[in-house]
Amino acid sequence: MKTTRLLAASLLAATLSITTASAEAEHGAPQPPREKWSFAGMFGRFDQAQLQRGFQVYREVCSSCHGMSLVRFRNLSEPGGPGFSVNQVKALAAEYKVKELNDSGEEVERPARPADAFPSPFPNDKAAAAANGGKAPPDFSVLAKARTFERGFPKFLTDAMPLVGYTEHGVDYIHAILTGYEEPPAGKEVPTGTYYNKYYPGHLIAMPKPLSDEQVTYAKNDKGAPVVPETTDQYAKDVAAFMAWTAEPHMMERKALGLRVILFLIVLSGLLYYVKKRIWAKVGGEVHGLQPELHKTY
Amino acid sequence: MSAHANTYVPKSRVAKWFESRLPLVGLVHSSFVAFPVPRNLNYFWTFGAILIAMLMSQIVTGIWLAMHYDPSAANAFNSVEHIMRDVNYGWLLRYMHANGASMFFVAVYIHMFRALYYGSYKAPREILYILGVIIYLLMMATAFLGYTLPWGQMSFWGATVITSILGAIPIVGETIQSLLWGGYSVGSPTLNRFFSLHYLLPFMILGVVVLHVWALHVTGQNNPAGIPIKSSKDAVPFTPYATVKDVFATVVFGIFFAYWIFYQPNYLGHADNYVPANAAVTPAHIVPEWYFLPFYAILRAVPDKLGGVILMFSAVIILAFAPWLDTSRVRSSNYRPIYRQFFWLFVVVTVLLGWLGSKPPEGGYVIAARLCTAYYFLHFLVVMPLVGLFETPDRVPDSILESVTGPGKQVSGAGIPAGAAAAPQTKG
Amino acid sequence: MANHAAPPSANPVVNADGTIPGMDGTRRDFMFLATGAGLAVGAGALAWPFVASMAPDAETIAAGAPLEVDLTPIQEGQIVNVFWRGKLIFVRHRTAKEIKEAETVPLKDLIDPQADAARVKDGHAQWLVVYGNCTHLGCVPIGHQGQYEGWSCPCHGSLYDTSGRVRRGPAPTNLPVPPYGFETATKIRIGEEGGKAAA
Repeated sequence: MKTTRLLAASLLAATLSITTASAEAEHGAPQPPREKWSFAGMFGRFDQAQLQRGFQVYREVCSSCHGMSLVRFRNLSEPGGPGFSVNQVKALAAEYKVKELNDSGEEVERPARPADAFPSPFPNDKAAAAANGGKAPPDFSVLAKARTFERGFPKFLTDAMPLVGYTEHGVDYIHAILTGYEEPPAGKEVPTGTYYNKYYPGHLIAMPKPLSDEQVTYAKNDKGAPVVPETTDQYAKDVAAFMAWTAEPHMMERKALGLRVILFLIVLSGLLYYVKKRIWAKVGGEVHGLQPELHKTY
Repeated sequence: MSAHANTYVPKSRVAKWFESRLPLVGLVHSSFVAFPVPRNLNYFWTFGAILIAMLMSQIVTGIWLAMHYDPSAANAFNSVEHIMRDVNYGWLLRYMHANGASMFFVAVYIHMFRALYYGSYKAPREILYILGVIIYLLMMATAFLGYTLPWGQMSFWGATVITSILGAIPIVGETIQSLLWGGYSVGSPTLNRFFSLHYLLPFMILGVVVLHVWALHVTGQNNPAGIPIKSSKDAVPFTPYATVKDVFATVVFGIFFAYWIFYQPNYLGHADNYVPANAAVTPAHIVPEWYFLPFYAILRAVPDKLGGVILMFSAVIILAFAPWLDTSRVRSSNYRPIYRQFFWLFVVVTVLLGWLGSKPPEGGYVIAARLCTAYYFLHFLVVMPLVGLFETPDRVPDSILESVTGPGKQVSGAGIPAGAAAAPQTKG
Repeated sequence: MANHAAPPSANPVVNADGTIPGMDGTRRDFMFLATGAGLAVGAGALAWPFVASMAPDAETIAAGAPLEVDLTPIQEGQIVNVFWRGKLIFVRHRTAKEIKEAETVPLKDLIDPQADAARVKDGHAQWLVVYGNCTHLGCVPIGHQGQYEGWSCPCHGSLYDTSGRVRRGPAPTNLPVPPYGFETATKIRIGEEGGKAAA
């Protein structure tokens, strides 16, 4: 019995590791490095200052091509987000124009309100594709959840576990893409309209290198010194963190509620276990599990 | 459920009046209170209750999600995001529903493992077991339909691939396909009818579950020893013994469920489903949800479209024939030293098929998938009949009580009051 | 299978009242109670998100932004329909005769007594702004109809006067006045009164 199970388990493990090795060989792209994120893990929280910086990068750089159509201005002042004030959001929204129909059915422009969605840079997907060499730049709203990469066996299993778990594939991938532009290796042909990126599957990406050092000027602290370095890496981290929030605006609420729910259920199951023990004691206890002793012949 | 001893005696006049017109309380009493439960049941037997809890959770969260969801190709994706962003606790309802589907399958696979290991499919529980296979089929259909509703890339391409499978059926295939699509490809009419059917099927599952429970309460529960209840000392009344154990197990399962909802809500899904459906681009790796992967591997193991489809459906249908394929007189694998080894091999092969289903269909993966597919069918068609004929089983205990305490020992105060609820059946 | 009557047992597992014998210690009682309470609290907490999700969502609440209505194109005697928060609102440019009728009715003749001055803004008596659903069961009354020439409800015959007050049942109350204010002499802002947003 034991030997069979052992055999079966080793068969399983052997197959899994062989297939993993060949899986990595076939993709070729290096794995995006794992960054430190304040919002990772069971107790993770967004860093408000980082989300605000990320929004600034989005606004000053990315928004010229990428929309964020599911995000409303008001979201920026809602709990669990970048924490702008309601008045800041009102003023910010008023800087944008949105279209609406007037009483005569004509399309007119008015200043945006907090309830409005972020206006997209292109009127529709076809226009976006036409203006960008045939490929529409993806919308940012849920992009951090829409991108991932394979981690293979056994990481894909540990990624699901408590404490050692990993759910930041999307943000790490985004950060890696933004920092992964480099000279193509000798002999690699890069057709016009594509750019070489270390982390992009297939390496040829249609987006030119979007970020460079000192491109965005961050607010200084009280002493006039920069709070964080103004580098490509920092911009990439900030905008990726911001995208983690746009993709999952209720993440902090979710994790906080989860902790309470799970603690409550653990206490409740403890109570139920005690009650069950007491009840079953009346009939001399119960039996559990696979009962290996039952396999014995009497 | 009338086959049972009805020990419920209404006390008040109102209760008597009601009971003589509709014996509902008596029915519940005989099925969930006085019902005799083998006293040696282990935690594998709590998954029936867990599955009922999961079915209820799916139906309730589903009804609530439908209050906010818009089943049109133009708005489905955004309405799901509207639920995630703007509806109060919408994110919770959606993550409960999406992960609930996976948890439902986790529980059903454990339930099926238990049925196969302990021989719960054997006489007299064939109908009970086949009803279970029907529930499983309905669950698969419901899960597939539900996965199309967010109208992301995986929804769209999953719907395209699976409906194309039906196109493999000779002569009528294409007609069935166009009836499902309501057009010349998967589109808005498809989504709309899938939503309608996704809402319908859970209630059909509920109906079959009622039959499943009814059949269970006619034949009585199997148990780890695989022997029937012979005396009152072999059994305990359902309430409070099984009730409290089921509630405890359901709450523990709830901890597991909550972990996925709150900390890994997207792990069991696919990132591509957060990309809106696009009929011009197929995702690089198109794979079904994890619970379909073994069957997907079987489908792809065959180089022929129709052959793959037939084999995939056979892999599910063959489950229904287990009662007649297994020739052993002994139910529980605890007393079947040879079959037990083959059974564990079958479990490993199934898990491997699941893994292979997630891999691209090329090279070594295909060969491994073919070997595993071969064993999957050999297990049912060859191992089950032959091992049953040639194996010498271990000595089976004389009674459930003996299986718990060992031969010749007595437990004071054990069992249920004599005659309060006798064995529901005593044959074979 | 035959029916069995439960014979008396020397060693019952469950008492006749459903309690477990020997389970009467104080500590056990407390643990049983705590478990029952825990289950009840858990069930209640589980129900909460479902109930809360049926309340107006964040988008609906945010969409209730104040609405500006330009009064210049509305002719004397004309009623214009506008929508705020999905609710119908009548903006009525009253004639001198209509204003006079509304102001001179004795309050004791009214079902829901309210002076006309309390239903319009000071100095803007020609503008009546009221919700457009009958206070009986929500149908839309038809303007300039009925004995009082205000509105007449086609569903159950309620009549309103030129101040939107109910004059004949079954409607119990006057058409309510939404929160609004005058931005300029010819522009009103519905949903905001005295610079404060409506709740």
